[in-house]
Amino acid sequence: MAERDVVRVASGQGFWGDDLDAPVRQVEGGPIDYLMLDYLAEVTMSIMQKQRARDPEAGFARDFVPLMERIFPTCVEKGIRVVTNAGGVNPDGCADALVEAGRRAGVAHKARVGLVTGDDLMDRLDALLADGHELANMETGEPLSSVRDRVQSANAYIGATPIVKALQGGADVVVTGRSTDTALTYGPVIHEFGWSPDDHDRIAAGVVAGHINECGAQCTGGNCLVDWWTIPDMASVGFPIVEVSPDGSLVVTKHAGSGGRVTRASVAEQILYEMGDPTTYITPDVIADFTTIQLDDLGNDRVRVHGVKGGPATDFLKVSIAYSDGWKATGTLTYAWPDAAAKAQAADRILRERMDRLGLMFDEIRTELVGWDSTHGPLAGPPPADLPEVQLRVGVRGRDRASVDRFTREIAPLVLTGPPSVTGFAGGRPRVQEIMAYWPALIRKDAVQPHLQVEVRDV
Amino acid sequence: MKKVELVHLAHARSGDKGDTANVGVIAYDPVHYDLLREQVTSERVKEHFGEMVKGRVERFELPNLGALNFLLHESLGGGGTLSLMNDAQGKVFSTGILRMTLDVPDEIAASVEGKGRVPKGWTVEQYGG
Repeated sequence: MAERDVVRVASGQGFWGDDLDAPVRQVEGGPIDYLMLDYLAEVTMSIMQKQRARDPEAGFARDFVPLMERIFPTCVEKGIRVVTNAGGVNPDGCADALVEAGRRAGVAHKARVGLVTGDDLMDRLDALLADGHELANMETGEPLSSVRDRVQSANAYIGATPIVKALQGGADVVVTGRSTDTALTYGPVIHEFGWSPDDHDRIAAGVVAGHINECGAQCTGGNCLVDWWTIPDMASVGFPIVEVSPDGSLVVTKHAGSGGRVTRASVAEQILYEMGDPTTYITPDVIADFTTIQLDDLGNDRVRVHGVKGGPATDFLKVSIAYSDGWKATGTLTYAWPDAAAKAQAADRILRERMDRLGLMFDEIRTELVGWDSTHGPLAGPPPADLPEVQLRVGVRGRDRASVDRFTREIAPLVLTGPPSVTGFAGGRPRVQEIMAYWPALIRKDAVQPHLQVEVRDV
Repeated sequence: MKKVELVHLAHARSGDKGDTANVGVIAYDPVHYDLLREQVTSERVKEHFGEMVKGRVERFELPNLGALNFLLHESLGGGGTLSLMNDAQGKVFSTGILRMTLDVPDEIAASVEGKGRVPKGWTVEQYGG
C-alpha cells in the first residue's frame, strides 16, 4: 500500500448517547479515511455489566449496530474503516451483532470485522489478586480486597497495538472493549504510517489528535464559551476530523458546509478538558507532554497542531473498576414567587425533620436550589428577594435501600403538607438508582498484554 | 487599577476525573497570560471556591496555550455516580472560576469591557444564522 500524504480520522461519537446522526454526516459529508466512535466513559462499563447480567447478549453500545446497518454500505463503497470501543464488556456479542447488521445491509463478503478482546479482567480478578496484583485505588491507596465482593466490572485500558493488528489483518471495522479513547484515533494513524513504538514524539502527536477527537463536537463549537452566541448553525454541527501528516503534525477541521466553528480557542478548550498534569499525559503507548503543543489558526475552520513531544510509556496499564456502593435517589419540587427560595428552604427543613423522625439512615443528604445555587454554590451569593421561582432538589444516598425507598415517598406529601405555591411533581416518585463507584487502579502490562486477542471475521 | 471579573479576560472548560474537577482557564489574548499567572494562583482559587473544594488545589501552567490548568481535589461529592450534585461531573466549575476578580491596569480593563458576555440588545432570534 502506498503511504498516504495525510490520514483523515473523523470523530463520530463522543460518548454513548451522543448525536445519533453525526457518524452519518461524517461518512457522507466529504472525504475521510477512518471513522472513530468513542462510546465509553468512566461509569459506562459498569452500566453495561449490569445490562449483561440481565441479558447475556447485551453489554455493549447497542446504538452502534443500527448505526452500522445505516452506514456500512457507504463505508464499504468509499473505503472508510471504522474503529470503535462500542464492544464495552461484551465485544464478542457486539461483533456478532455487527456481522448480522452487515449482512442485512448487503455487505456480506465485502467487509471484515476485527474483534479485540482480553481487556476484561473480571473473570481473572481473584487469580490476579492471588498473584500479588493489589489493584490499589490510585486516589486512596486502599487495596481492592476491601471492596472485592462488590466489584461489578474490571477492565484494563488498552492501547493501539491490537487495533493496529486488526487493521493489518484487513479489518474494515474494529470493535474493542475498553480501548483508551485516544487509541481509537492514533491506532489507525500508526497503522497507516508504520510509526515504530519508540517514535515517541509522533505517537504523542497522535495522542493529542485523539484527545481533540474523543469528545466529538466539543472541539468544533459545542460547549464552547468563546462568543458562543455567534457560532453558526449548531443544529447541524460538524464533528471534528483530524488530518494527520507522516511527520506527526495535524490539522483539526470539519466538513465544509457543516455548522459549528473550529478555531484556536475551540481546540484549546478541548485540549484542557479532563486534563491532569499536562506534562505527563499517560497512555498505554506513550507519555505525551501537552505543554509542547503548538496551535496555529489557519482560518476557514482549520487549526494546525504541531511541535508535540513525548516520552516512553510506563510499565503499567490503568484499570477501570466499578463496584456497587449503595443506593441513591433525587427528588425535586418547584416553588413560585413570592419568596420562592424561602419556601424551598423551609420545605427542606420539614423533609429532613420527618426523615429524622422515621429513623432513615443515609451517608449523605444534599439540598440544592436549582435556579440559585446548584451550579456555583456559595459563589452565587444570597438568593435575590424577588426570585421568580426555584426548584428544590434533594438527593440522598446510603447503603440502606429501605431508607432510600422511603425517601422517594416523602417528596410528594410536601405538596399538601408544606409551604405554599409549590408545583412540578408531574414526573412522579423519584427513582432509586444503584450507585456504581469508580475504583481506578494500575496493573503491570505483562499481566494483561499476553491475554489480548485479535480476530478478524468475514461478514 | 480596576477590579475586573475573570470572565472578561479568559474562557474556561472543566471536567472530572473521579472526585477531582479540572478547570482549564485560557486567556482570550495571550498578552494577558502573565496577568492570569500572577493573580490566579492555586491559593486564590482554593479561597475563591471555599467549601465547594474540600481538598487541595493544584495548578499547572501551559504557556503554549496561554492557559492554566487547575485540579480541584474532593470537589464533586464523591464523583461519578456517587455524587448527589446537580453538577456531578464538574461541567460548570468552568464559569465558577470566571467569577473571580483581578486587579487590572485601567487601559486593559477598558479594552476587555463586555468581552465574554452576550452583547446588550442581543436576542435569540439572531442565533444560529
